[in-house]
Parts: sequence; C-alpha cells; structure tokens
Amino acid sequence: MESGTRRSGDLWSGVALALLGIYIVAQAWQWEYSSPEGPGAGFFPLWYGVAILALSLLLVASRLTRAPRRGDPVDWRRTGRALSVWLALAVSVALFKVLGFVASFALLTYFIVAVMYGRPARTASAVALATGLGFYLVFDLALGLALPAGTLGF
Amino acid sequence: MDIVAGLLQGFSVALAPSNLLWCFVGVFLGTVVGVLPGLGPPATIAMLLPLTFSMNPAGAIIMLAGIYYGAKYGGSTTSILMNVPGESASVVTCIDGYQMARKGRAGAALGIAAIASFVAGTVGVLGLMLVAPPLAKFALSFSSPEYFALMSLGLALVVLLAGRSIVKALLAALLGLWIASIGTDPFSTTSRFTFGRLELLSGIDFVVVAIGVFALGEVLANMEAREDATLLETPKGLRNLLPTWQDLKDCRFAFANGSIVGFLVGTLPGGGSTIASFLSYGLEKAVSRRKDEFGTGVIEGVAAPEGANNSETGGALVPLLTLGIPGSGTTAILLAALVLWGFKPGPLFIPEHPDLFWGLVASMYIGNVMLLVLNLPLVPLFAQVLRLPVYMLYPLILGVSMVGVYTASGSLFDLGLLMVFGLLGYVMRKLDYPAAPLILGLALGAGMERALRQSLMMSQGSLSILVSRPISAVMLSLALLVLLIPLFGKLNAWRLRALES
Repeated sequence: MESGTRRSGDLWSGVALALLGIYIVAQAWQWEYSSPEGPGAGFFPLWYGVAILALSLLLVASRLTRAPRRGDPVDWRRTGRALSVWLALAVSVALFKVLGFVASFALLTYFIVAVMYGRPARTASAVALATGLGFYLVFDLALGLALPAGTLGF
Repeated sequence: MDIVAGLLQGFSVALAPSNLLWCFVGVFLGTVVGVLPGLGPPATIAMLLPLTFSMNPAGAIIMLAGIYYGAKYGGSTTSILMNVPGESASVVTCIDGYQMARKGRAGAALGIAAIASFVAGTVGVLGLMLVAPPLAKFALSFSSPEYFALMSLGLALVVLLAGRSIVKALLAALLGLWIASIGTDPFSTTSRFTFGRLELLSGIDFVVVAIGVFALGEVLANMEAREDATLLETPKGLRNLLPTWQDLKDCRFAFANGSIVGFLVGTLPGGGSTIASFLSYGLEKAVSRRKDEFGTGVIEGVAAPEGANNSETGGALVPLLTLGIPGSGTTAILLAALVLWGFKPGPLFIPEHPDLFWGLVASMYIGNVMLLVLNLPLVPLFAQVLRLPVYMLYPLILGVSMVGVYTASGSLFDLGLLMVFGLLGYVMRKLDYPAAPLILGLALGAGMERALRQSLMMSQGSLSILVSRPISAVMLSLALLVLLIPLFGKLNAWRLRALES
C-alpha cells in the first residue's frame, strides 16, 4: 500500500466513520428492534448505522484501490494555525470557570491578535481590552444575558 | 380574496414599529454579512438564533429572514468591486460585474444588481404568497408515509447537489441523523448514545451544532491564512449609480429570467441560490443576441444571476413553511428557529399562524424596498466594512458564537460540545465533506424517524405501506433515482459539470 494513500484524509475519515458505524450498530443491537406496538428504539439507528458502515467501507475501498496520484500536499503550517486557534479557544472555554468569560475572552483575543496575526503588543492589548469590555457592556449589562462568571465574580 | 385579506393582515403585523425595526436590523446585518467574504448567512443566523429566544417570534423571524435575503444583495458588492464573491450565490456575478467595474462602469453594475435583486426578490415573494397557501392545502392530505418519503426526497436532492462525492455527502447526512438521535427516544424513553452523560439525555441542541459547524468551522478555515483583510481601493465611478434607460431596456429579459428561474430552483430542495444564479446566467447567455460578449462586462450578465439569487429566497421558503422541509443549510436553521419558538412548519402552519406567515411575506416586500434604498446610495459605505481588520473581526465572531451557545442553555458542557462541532466543521471543510447535508440530516432526523415509526405502526410493521400509497411511492422512487444518478455516466458528468461551474 502506497504511503501517501494510507495517509490520505479520505482513508482516515473513512476508517473513523466505519468505527462510528460499528459503534452505532453495536449500541442499536442492544435496544428493542421491534415490539407489538411497532418499531423500537433500535430500529432506526440500526439501519443508518449499517448505512454508515457500508458507505465508509466503500470510501476506504475506493481510496485503497484507486491508483495513487500526486495531489496538493497538506499544508501543515496552515492547518497548524487553524488548530492553534481551536486549541486556544478550547483553553479559553476551560478557563471560564476560573477567570470568567470577560477575562478569558480578552486573553483569547490577545492571543489571536498578537500571536496569530503578529500585531504589536500594544495593539493586541487594546483590542483585547476593548472586545472583553464591549462584550460585558453589551451582553451582560445592556441585554441582561448572564455571561459565565469566574472566581472574581465577573 | 384570501390572499388580499392575508396580505392586509400581514402588513398590519409588519408595519408595527418594532417589527419594522427588526426588519431593518435584519436587512442591514444581511447586507454587511453579504459584503464580508467568509461569513455567510447560515453562520450569522445560527449565531444570532439564541439571542432571539426572548424576542417576539414575528419580529425574530422577520429579522432572520432579513439576514437571509439581505445577504444576497450585499454579496454582489465585492463580486463587482473586488472580483471576490461575498456569497457563493454571487460567484457568477464576478464574471461580468468585475469586467464592468474595470471598464469604469462599477456604478451601473452595482445599480443594476440592486434593481435586479429588488425586482426578482419581489417576484419571489409574490410567488411565495401565491404558491404556499394552495400547496399547504394539498399537503393536508399527507400522512406519516408521505412525510417520510418527502423528507427522504429532500435529503436525497441535497445530497445530490451538495458536493462532488455522493458517498461523502451521504455520510454527512447520516452523521446528522445520528446526532439527531442522541438523547432520549420519545417513543420508548430509552436513552441512546448518551455516553453516560446526563447532559445528553435531552439531546444535542441544534444551535450548538449549527454554530459549531458553520460559524466556528468557517472562522478556523479562514484563519489558516495570515493575510489581513484585502483592503478595498476606494471605489471609483460610483457617482452615477443608476443604470441608463438603455441598460434597463437591455435587462428586461434578465429580470424576468432571474425572477422565474430563481423562484423555481428555490422550491427544489438542494437547489439553492448558487445553482439558481448559474442557471439564470447560462440561460441569459444562451438566448442573448450578443452571447460572445458575455464575460467582457455585459450588464445582463449581472442582472440575471443577481435577480435569480434573490428570487430563490421566496422559492426556498415555500417547502419550508408549507411542508416543513428545508432545502438548504440556511433554511434548515430557520426551520430549527421556528421549532424552538414553538411552531411547527407544515401544512397547518399558515391556517394556524396566519399573522406570522403573512407578516413575514409583507415584511419581505418592505425589506426589499429597504434593501434597494440601502444598496443604491449607500453601497460605498457598505464597501468600507471590508476595511475592518480580520484580527478584530474573527474574535468578534468567536465571542458571539460562544455567548450565543451559553445564553441558549446556560451550560458550559454545551460550550465544550461547541468546540467539538467547531473542529468537526473545520475537518469537514478540509476533507471536502459538505456541511449542508449534515445540518439537514440533523434538522430532519427526529421527524424522519417519527414518520417512519408511525408509518410502520399504521401498517403493523409492514414496509409495504411506504410504496402502496401513490404519493409516497412516487417520492421514494424519485429519491432512489436521485441517489442512483452517479451510477449513470452521462448524468453524473452533467452533475459534476454543474457543481464545477
């Protein structure tokens, strides 16, 4: 098997979806398929689970049997940028309980402006402060929508 | 007479000061969203949906619909001035619109885009007003088997036109069905796919998935590149925004073509405004006496697609409001919005909530007039939105997304789920899995399962009920045919050509 093919997104996503299909079928198997009143809780999931499994295996098989071709290589730098932002976002959500929304969101904004877009620290600080404060004023104070509060109470 | 009375009732709703304000907010936001490349109406509507929960439903649907059709107006601005479509529906406008701008006729191109949008948008609303009530009456005869067949057909059409790979589109739709069935089974109270988490017993909120897949996925994909916003050069030649009489005369057929093609395509699930605009452009070129000049800055090449993508909105609302079947990601979110506000789109929607239906129709007439006013003299102002640096724009979108999800449920667990679906949306974009079938599968999943199980209860478990009733049999056969198209070489080649164009 050619290594480029093995690494392809289609193949790995196909494998992941096949595993999901197996999980769905295994779970649905444990629930009632049919009863005197009609189809049970396992009826519908069993059918779409089988469909997911079949289609994902088809995707995997078509990827493995297709002749390897040179496509655009994955640009890991670009992907890394997107995943860094996602990670920062996840960390900021995890910090909501401790720092609260306003402070966590300001930190996230600082990270995006200063690190991802390489702006000077002064610009990043100003944007972070303005957005954090702006969200607090608009959503919390003006609209009365309670934002997650941290140990500091805001 | 029913229509006249309904429309009068609608205007009494739409002209209420608060609803007029929400209409303006919607079309204004829609225009801004349309101007900004990389932020579409589904993401915007999904983000703002939680904020509408405390609003009057009439005002809320008027505002969200305003975003939907307002974005179609705004999308042409960047197509004409920068050769960058603000919306996928405005891709084809780049061809002749940008060439017109290069020849110093940007004003006429922007003007005709706004006028064509207004004419066709109004015709689309007229179509919605005339077609929806009789269709709803017809659909009253539908029972569970017909609904299951209809939803299967809608899903099949969206899968067909969603992406190059039918297998991937189908997998996305099935993933949507799976997410829809997470939680407690309403028939047997069995908890399904909850991974032992109490938070999942009531299922996954549609808003979380829609915001994650559309808004977060879109922002993450856009943030792959470090480039700042492509700053627009100050538009030149915008003083004369009104096209000449000759321009208007040249566009007579384009107005009619865009209006009719757009509306018809809109009524088909999976059609969408992008396909409507391409079909309308192709038709305009085919019948034109100067077809060789298309692509060099022909004004009909702007009027036809811009008209079609606006008329499509009226068409797309027909199956949504009368049958409860959305045909695209955006209308799926609108369906979810109506359900979350406590309504059930379907044949009984118009008779049970005439104020809402006719209020929406009347607001669309008003909204189109507002958009014409906003998009003719104020186009240079909207173009300035592009000067907002992306490093300020993206944190704002992320912030509104998080606030939207948190205020909908007050749950940090849902924010965790938002991260999961944001990553899923990004990975789907990278691997070329279309998002629309997933959202549609999620929106229709519970209804499909309910309709199928009720059908089988009616027939004591016999699947023959799905094919023994004529309407259901026809629709299921069509759904099967649609899914088999890729197996036929010529038909699949046509499908791929349509998608590539």
